[in-house]
Amino acid sequence: MGLLDGLLDKFKQGLRRTQELVLSPIQGLLGLRRLDEDQLQELEDLLLQADLGVHAVDRLMARLRFEMKRSGDIDPRAALKDELLKILHLHPSRPLTAGETQVLLLVGVNGVGKTTTLGKLAAHLKARGEGVMVVAGDTFRAAAIDQLEAWGVRAGVPVVRNQMGGDPAAIAYDGAASALAKSIPWVLIDTAGRLHTKDHLMKELDKIRRSLQKVIPSAPHRVFMVLDATTGQNGITQAEAFKQVAGVTDLILTKLDGSAKGGVVVPILERLKLPIAYVGVGEGVDDLIPFDPEAFVDGLLGA
Amino acid sequence: MFDSLSDKLSKAMKTLRGHSKLTEANIEAALREVRMALLEADVHVQVARTFLSRVKEKALGKDVLDGLNPAQAFIDIVHQELTAIMGGQVDEHPLNYASKGPTVVMMVGLQGAGKTTTSGKLAKFLKKAGRSPLLVPADVYRPAAIEQLHIVAKDAGVPSFRTEEKDPVAICKAALKEAELKGWDTVILDTAGRLHLDEQLMEELSKIKATCEPSEILFVADAMTGQDAVRSASAFHEKLAITGVVLTKADGDTRGGAAFSIKEVTGQPVKFVGEGEKLDDFQRFHPDRMAQRILGMGDVLSLIEHAKDRIDEKDAEQIAQRLAKNQFTLEDMRKQFQQVKKLGSMQKIIGMMPGMGQMKEQLASVASDKRVTHMEAILNSMTPKERANPNLLDGKRRRRIALGAGRPVHEVNQLLKQYLEMKKMMSQMNDPKFMQKMQRMAGGKGMPGMGGGLGGFKMPF
Repeated sequence: MGLLDGLLDKFKQGLRRTQELVLSPIQGLLGLRRLDEDQLQELEDLLLQADLGVHAVDRLMARLRFEMKRSGDIDPRAALKDELLKILHLHPSRPLTAGETQVLLLVGVNGVGKTTTLGKLAAHLKARGEGVMVVAGDTFRAAAIDQLEAWGVRAGVPVVRNQMGGDPAAIAYDGAASALAKSIPWVLIDTAGRLHTKDHLMKELDKIRRSLQKVIPSAPHRVFMVLDATTGQNGITQAEAFKQVAGVTDLILTKLDGSAKGGVVVPILERLKLPIAYVGVGEGVDDLIPFDPEAFVDGLLGA
Repeated sequence: MFDSLSDKLSKAMKTLRGHSKLTEANIEAALREVRMALLEADVHVQVARTFLSRVKEKALGKDVLDGLNPAQAFIDIVHQELTAIMGGQVDEHPLNYASKGPTVVMMVGLQGAGKTTTSGKLAKFLKKAGRSPLLVPADVYRPAAIEQLHIVAKDAGVPSFRTEEKDPVAICKAALKEAELKGWDTVILDTAGRLHLDEQLMEELSKIKATCEPSEILFVADAMTGQDAVRSASAFHEKLAITGVVLTKADGDTRGGAAFSIKEVTGQPVKFVGEGEKLDDFQRFHPDRMAQRILGMGDVLSLIEHAKDRIDEKDAEQIAQRLAKNQFTLEDMRKQFQQVKKLGSMQKIIGMMPGMGQMKEQLASVASDKRVTHMEAILNSMTPKERANPNLLDGKRRRRIALGAGRPVHEVNQLLKQYLEMKKMMSQMNDPKFMQKMQRMAGGKGMPGMGGGLGGFKMPF
C-alpha cells in the first residue's frame, strides 16, 4: 500500500504542477533564448495542452530544435509564432460582402453553440446596415426554435419558423424563397446539432443543400462549421465529415473566452484547408469577432 | 485516422518475438506508441505522463507468459492499469440517496455539454429504477432553456417544476418544498451552463448547493473535450466538490480520453454515459470498456449489453430453441432483423466493435441501415406460410414478393441465399466440433484485440 500511496502523492504533485503551469503563462519559457531538454519538454507539453495535436506539435518542436541547432541563438517564441502564423495565413477566410441574396448555413455537432452563433452573426450583419433573415432549421432539439426566436428579437431580424419536428429542408426552402422575394441580402439557416458519425442525420444536411439550390442554384454560399474551442482531436474527424457531406467552407470557433485555446483548428486548417472566419468570445450579442491570426497565436502561446 | 493501438504496438514490438521478459529497452517503443495513443485520445499530457511511468514500473521485469507475445503482455498491463484507474468494478448503486426527505441531484457543467438533455435522460433512468423524479429548470440565462427542460420532461414522462420565480436559488428552494409536499423522492436540478472562469455564476452554483444540500453533484462533460477537460473539471470540483461525472455524446467516434483526465484530477467516478439522441440512450459507465476505447480497442462488451437490453428475451429464446432443432425459418430471420433495428443504427453497432479501424467504412456501406430495411421489406411481402416454409418460393412467388417490396427480384434471391447460409452456419454452431475449431481460431492470430473469432464470422446483413 505504501508504494501505491507514494505514487499517488507523486501524481497529485504532478497535477498541481500542471495547474500551476496552466496559470503561469508560457511566455516565461518562451522568453528564454537557450532552452535545455527539460524546458523543451515543458514547452512541448504546453503546446499539446493547447490541443494542437501530437503531429502538429512534433513538427513544430522538430523545427524549433533544428533552428536552435543551426543558429544557436534564436527567440523560441518568435520562431514558434512565425511557424503558426505561416500555417494560419495559408487559407484566409473571405469576408462576407452583401449583394444579391446569399444563404449562410451553420452546421456542427451538438452543443457547440450554433444557435447562439447564428444570433450573433445576424446581429453583426444587421449592425453593418444589411438586411438579414434567420431560419429556425433546428426542428429537432426541444425549444431550439424558441431560442432562435429570442435571438431574432435581440438582433432585430425576422425569423422564419415552422413547428418542432417539421422538415428542416422545407423550412430552409421557405426561408431562402422569402428572402429572395424580398431581396434580403443574407439568409442565415440554423440546423440541428448532429454527430458526424450519424449517417442518416448527415444525409439530412445534403437534403437541405439540395432544397436550397432549388431556390438559388448557387446556394448555400457559405457553410460554417461551428466548433467548440474545448473540442479535442475529434474536431478533425468532425471537420472532415462535415466538409464532405455539407460542403463546409469556413470554421467558426466558439467559447474562446474560456481557458481552452482551440488549437485543433491548426491541424484542421492544414489538412482540410478550412479557414477560420469568426471566433465567439462571450454570451453577449457583440461577442462574435472576425478571426485574427495574430491574436489567436498569442492566445495559444499564452502571451 | 487512428490505427488501432494494438496494431501499432504489435508493429512496435515485432522485433521482440522470443523475448521472455519486458525490459527497459524492449518496451521503449511501445511506451511511445501508448503515449501517442493517449494523446490522440485527448488524455491530458500530464495525466498521460504519470500513467506511463506507472505502467513502466509495473511492466519492467515482468515475465512474458507462455502463449503471449511481448506486445500482448504489454497491452494487458496497460489495459489493466487504465481500467483500474477508470474505476475498476462497477458500483452496484450509481447514486447516493438521501436518508431522509427527497434526494437532490445537481447537474453542473460547461455550456453545451448537454446538461438539459442529460437531466431528462437521468430522470427517465431513475423512473425506470422505481424512483419518482422531479425535473427543475434552474437555467434562467440561456434563451428557452426552461422551455427545453419542460419538453424533455414531457418526453421522459416525468413532472417538471413550473414557477414564476426568476432567481435560480429561489427556484431550486421552491422546487424542493414542492417535492416534499407532493412526495417526489428525487429532485434533479438543471443548472445554467457556464464557464468555470465566470466567478459570479460559480458563486450562484455554490449558493444552490448550500441551500439544497444535494446528495449528488454530477459534472456533465462532453466526451469530445480536449486538454481543457482537466482545467474545467478541477475548477468545478474545487468550487463545488462534485460527486460524479456524466460523459455525454459518447456515441461519436471520439476516443473519450477526457474521461480519464477528469477521473484523475477529481478522483470522482464517471457514473453514466450518454450515447444517442433518444432519452433511452443512457447507460451506466463501464470502466473496462472505456479503457479499451481510449486505447482504441473497441467496445464489444458494450455492444453485447446494449443488445441484451433491447432484444426481446422471449423472441431470442424462441429463436435459439428453433436453432437448436435446426428449424430456423424466414420468420425467425425477420424477427432477427427487427431486433437488429432495435439496436440502433448499424453505424453505432459497427462503431462499438473492436479492431474495425479500416474495415469500418467498408462495413458501413455494406451493412447500411437501408439494406436491412430493404431485406425486411422483402420478408414482409411474403405470406406467413411462405416464411414458415421457404421451399414454397418458386419463381412466380419471388416475382410477386419483389413487386410487393419494391425491390428487384435478384435481391429476393440474394436474401434466400443468405437465409440458407445463415441456416447452415447456425447448424454448424450447434456442432461441438465446429465450436472447438472456432475457439482455436480465436486463440490464434485473427484480428488483434478482438479475439479473432469475429473475423471468420459472416454477418447476416
